[in-house]
Parts: sequence; C-alpha cells; structure tokens
Amino acid sequence: MALRAQFENNNEIGCFAKLTNAYCLVGIGGSEDFYSTFEGELAETIPVVHVSLANCRIIGRMCVGNKHGLLVPNTTLDTELQHIRNALPDTVKVQRVEERLSALGNIVSCNDYVAIVHPDLDRESEEIIADTLKVEVFRQTIASKVLVGSYCVLSNQGGLVHPQTSIVDQEELSSLLQVPLVAGTVNRGSEVIGAGLVVNDWCAFAGLDTTSTELTVIESIFRLNDSAPSKITSDMRASLIESMS
Amino acid sequence: MSYIPEQAAMPPEQRKGKILCCECGTPIEPNPVNMCPACIRLNHRDVTDGIPKQATLHFCSGCERYFQPPSEWVHCALESRELLSLCLKKLKGLNRVKLIDAGFLWTEPHSKRIKIKLTVHAEIAGGAVLEQVFAVEYTVAHQMCDDCHRSEAKDYWKASVQVRQKAENKKTFYYLEQMILKHKAHENTLGIKPIHGGLDFFYATEAHARKMLDFVQSVLPCKYQHSKKLISHDIHSNVYNYKFTYSIEIVPVSKDSIICLPKKLSQQLGGISQVCLVYRVTNTVHLIDPTTGQIGELNSTTYWRYPFGSICNPKQLVEYIVMDIEPIMEKDKKIAPGKGAVSNRHVLADVWVVRASELGINDNPIHTRTHLGHILKPGDSVMGYNIGDSNVNDANFEKLDRNMIPDILLVKKYYGDRVSRKKQRIWKLKRLAEGDAAFDCDANDFHEFLDDLEEDPALRQNVNIFKDATKQISVDNDDKCDETLPRVTLAEMLDDLVIDDVEMEEAD
Repeated sequence: MALRAQFENNNEIGCFAKLTNAYCLVGIGGSEDFYSTFEGELAETIPVVHVSLANCRIIGRMCVGNKHGLLVPNTTLDTELQHIRNALPDTVKVQRVEERLSALGNIVSCNDYVAIVHPDLDRESEEIIADTLKVEVFRQTIASKVLVGSYCVLSNQGGLVHPQTSIVDQEELSSLLQVPLVAGTVNRGSEVIGAGLVVNDWCAFAGLDTTSTELTVIESIFRLNDSAPSKITSDMRASLIESMS
Repeated sequence: MSYIPEQAAMPPEQRKGKILCCECGTPIEPNPVNMCPACIRLNHRDVTDGIPKQATLHFCSGCERYFQPPSEWVHCALESRELLSLCLKKLKGLNRVKLIDAGFLWTEPHSKRIKIKLTVHAEIAGGAVLEQVFAVEYTVAHQMCDDCHRSEAKDYWKASVQVRQKAENKKTFYYLEQMILKHKAHENTLGIKPIHGGLDFFYATEAHARKMLDFVQSVLPCKYQHSKKLISHDIHSNVYNYKFTYSIEIVPVSKDSIICLPKKLSQQLGGISQVCLVYRVTNTVHLIDPTTGQIGELNSTTYWRYPFGSICNPKQLVEYIVMDIEPIMEKDKKIAPGKGAVSNRHVLADVWVVRASELGINDNPIHTRTHLGHILKPGDSVMGYNIGDSNVNDANFEKLDRNMIPDILLVKKYYGDRVSRKKQRIWKLKRLAEGDAAFDCDANDFHEFLDDLEEDPALRQNVNIFKDATKQISVDNDDKCDETLPRVTLAEMLDDLVIDDVEMEEAD
C-alpha cells in the first residue's frame, strides 16, 4: 500500500520520517496530521515513535536503520537516545556513530540484508554499519552521485534509484543488492528519491505531490499491490490452503 | 515547445534508461523536470506568456519613416535589420527570456502587416531550459510625423530673419548675398524668400536665426528688432510654442549715394563736409568728401544715433565729359587744424566738365573739384550728380548754405557701355537662388554690382569670384579693348566645381 503524506506543507517526507520493517520514527512536528497518517497505517504492526535527533526534526536524513538496528549521529543527546531505546523493540540495537559525514540517512541506503554507502565513508563506520544492521556493505555511487541515501530507496522487495542512472549501472547495482531496481521519480518529477519516499516491505509513503504514475511505479517495484488478485492466487495460496485444511 | 537534450552525444554504455513521465507515464529520457514535452507544456506556464503577440508600429506615409519611441522617426526598408530591431524594441516582456533568433515571415508589402518569428529560451523550474518559437504580428498604423505635420500645416519654420533696406538700389543686398555664400551662412536655412525691400530667411530653431543675425550684424551696419508670436501653449506643462522673428534693418544708404550729414555728425567726423559721397559699405559706411578728399567712417551705432537718408541716388547719375583736369598740388590744399584724415588713394583735382548730352552745344565747361584725379584725363566720360539742378528734400540739406555746395559732384569714371563690359567679363558669381525672378528684380542693378566689383579691389576681397568657363579670354580682341578698363585678375578667380556626368556614361 502506497500512501501520500505531507509534513507541514512540505512534500519531502523522507526527511522527517524513517520507516523500517520493525519500527517507524517520525519527526516532532507542530501538526499531528503527519503522525496520524503513519500511525493509522502502521500502529497495528510496528511502533510509530515521535523522535528528535540533536534537537532536529529532520531525523530521516540523520539516521539510518533496518529491522536489526538503528544508527544515530554522535550529536544525538543522551535523553533522545534513551527515549528511542525505550520506544523501540528490544531486538533493535541502537548505536551512535562517530562519523564525519553525520547525515547518515543521506550517505547510507539499506534494506535488511545489504547497504550501499558513500564511497568516502570511514572504515570504522562501515564496520559498525555491517555489525549493527547485519548487512553486507557496498561502496557505490548512483548516477555518479555520492549521496546514495538521497538518490536511492531500498526495501527487501526492490529499489527505486535516481532517474538518470544508466541501464548498465542499474544492472550492476541490482546484481549487488539482489533486488530489482528501477529508475524513477517522486513528488512530480523530483529526482531526490530518498527525500520524497519512505518504504518498508508492505507499505510506502510518498510526498503529496507524487503523481499516480509515480505511485504506480513505486507500488510495482516494491511489490506493494497486495490487493492484486495475482498475489492471492500465487503467494498467499499455499498458506490459505494450509489454514483451511 | 521542445526540450533541448543536454547530453545528446553520449556513449551507448552511459546512455540512461528510460523513465516514465511523472504525469502521463510515457517512457521518456530522463530530463531535469522528468516530464514529457507535452506534460511540460501542460504544467508550466507558457514561457512567452508575458510577451505580446500583437503590436502596432507607427508609420508616416509622408516621409516613409517608422516611429521609434520616444521621439525618433527612422527610415527602414521592409525586412531590414533596422526594422527588425525596431520591432523587437516594441515587445515588452522580451527581457525575461533569452532571445535566440529572430526573422521576418513574409507578408504582402501592402498588407500593413509585419510578422516576425522569434525563438526564445527560458529557464523553468529545476534548471531546465525550454526553447519556444512563436510569431508576433505587427499592424502598421499610419501616423503623421512631426516634420510632415509641420510642412502639411505650412508651419515648418520656427524662426525667421527679415533683412530689410529702405533704399532705392539693391547693391547692398547683392553684397550680402555674396558674403553669405562665401561664409556659408545659409547652411541651416529652410528657405529664403525675397520680399519687396528685402529678404526673409527661415529657420527651424531660434539658435540658427540668431546665428544668421550675428552674421549680418558682422558684415553690414544694421540694427534689429526681436519679436515672438505665441502659436500655442500648454498651461498644464508650462510649454509655450513661439515663432520668433528678427527684423534687421540695414542702413538705407549704399555705394555712390550722396548723403547730407547732420551738422553734429559732420563735426564728429573731423569737420568733414556735410555733403558726402558714400564710396563703400562694408560693416561700416565709408564716406568721402569729393571736394577735399577727406574721408570718414560710420559704424552702425553712430549711424542710428544720427540717422540720415541719401539725397541723390545712382539712378540720377548724369554722364559728363572731362574737358580739362588739373591735380591740386599738396601746397595748394587748405589744411585746417582739427581736420580728419585725407584719402591717400584719391587725388584731388580741379576739373572742367561738360554734360555728355550738351557736348558741342555748350562751350562753357563747368568747374568742380573731384577726388578722381588719379583716373580721369581730358576726354574721359565720368558720372556725376547735378546737385544744383536736382530737387532735394532733406532737412539737413535745406539748412545748408547753397553757395557752399558744388553744382556738380563727380562720382565715378564711366568705362563705356554696359553691354561691351558684360561681354569682356570672364568671371561670374554664385547666386543663392538661381533664376529667382523676385530676387533679380532689376538685372541692371546686378550688373552695376558686378561693375563695382571690377572697379573696387577692396570690395572683391569679401567675395568669391568664379571663372566663367563659357567665356574665353579673347587674345585678338585684347589690343582693341581699353587698357584702363578695370579687370579682375585671373589670380582672384576660383575654379568652379564641375561634375561632368556625361563622360562617365560614355566610359560605361
């Protein structure tokens, strides 16, 4: 299911939210509307938490995480860190990273198994990412741009990359990450995918400007169209038959 | 509207994959807005939005010029660069886009429509540059320009200079004409109109008229009056439209006139005799007393302080034959103390003359004194005034003792009839208005002026004399003609500029 959302009249919702398969972090805002959108969709399955990092609301760009863990910049206050640890499930490891490139969300893009990182990332940070998030780390660029977190969004099902990524690059990345990739846009032609879109394995939120065409691309590459009849007949068939029998 | 690809020539391995247009889902090459051209057009405002697609050009059919705001009128051919720049200046919003190309679309010359095709670049959101081609249609509207409006309303001059001389003969005017030609003072005149008793010069601005006024003042003794006439005015902007007129009056005496000075003036001029001959008019009036050879000069201020008229004019000249002449020796001259300067160029002489018409009938020659002793010899003809017999109406003259006034005053030597002199003249003068009947009201006057030029080298200095190519210097005639006849030397003549087009045609 892909939804449109807006954070205080801003379409760059990827800046203000972090969505993984185990938790969802939402920036503290003046209006509860943004939070309600997430909570209404996710509250039944995963915790949706109000968070600030170093007193900033742009948590989506500052931290990186998956169902195994969460990395926050070392500017994060102790109280904030304590609050996150309290709110998240115990299985999620929360850790500070002493990285010079402190906007972790912009330099790392990951799902539960692999991560692509900025080519200039510290060796130590790379090890922390690999240990905490339990992922395989690749130093890569996307469409010759180093901010891989900004120009790429990954889930375990697929990934959306910068529209100018060449076909050769897409194929190479796809074989590294072992997920299908597609070049596309969000927010009516914006190429900053990471800022306009947050996604996990069953749900995606995009900026309010995102057109239906873009939403269709997002749904199909991240396999979010659950209601499609083909899904019932293929994926769910076995379990249905099992439960009925 | 089309998008210009930034990296059109890329190696195939770097070629981008197609993405879906974010609006309509058509597969397209990625571009800065990630939309297909059709959606760009739908989503973004027309880049030529602020540019008018129709405009008006003002054209004056009288002089075939286009109006260039704010106040200029320029000649432009159809489809010329000048017209294109004029058209582009008319478009208001053109500074917001980058103009790449402009050209004319063909229109019927008489359709009063001009079409131009413009190619513009404009930047839209995300640094994308859009190129758009559009046409602008101009309607050519007629509007009379100010100049044509003026000439149509017979109102093309702003200032005029009226030059007048209240005198019998026009020699001063001929002199003025030659001075104007020599100094090119007529360059800015819009028109010259001969009026009885003078000339009118017309100018577009007051400054030009003022210049002419100064010129006339510097070459002739005169006075002027200034007047202006209100044509129109705008009370809101305090603009007044005047016509200016300078009325110049030249002193009413000319060469070879006899004048009678007021007593005071004659005393001022060193006790010169009150009855004097004007022998030259330049920027001062040059006087000579024929009986004593005393000379005097009058400038315009002095003249207008003690104005006087002439008592005898060249029309009244009578021909006399010199019977005998005796130059007066230096010792015989009576020199009173306090007398003014005496001419060195003239020789005072006692002369006995007989009227040419009475030659052989009357054996009593009349005695008079003359300043022409240097050129007269017995048997010569000489022109003079018979004052004794003439009827003079002059206040100053009437106060004089008649016994003190000579009966005859000789003015100039007579060099044979005008026709033969005209034949021998191998030079000519330029005229301001060639063949203008009103200007040449009296051909005799003009020939007299030419005679004067021949006789007076000082007068010639101020005049441009041109060689007359139609007349040849006749060698065999030379011994026949009078050696004493005054001539203009060849060195004083100028070659006239002759543009011979006929030869050029033959060369072709």
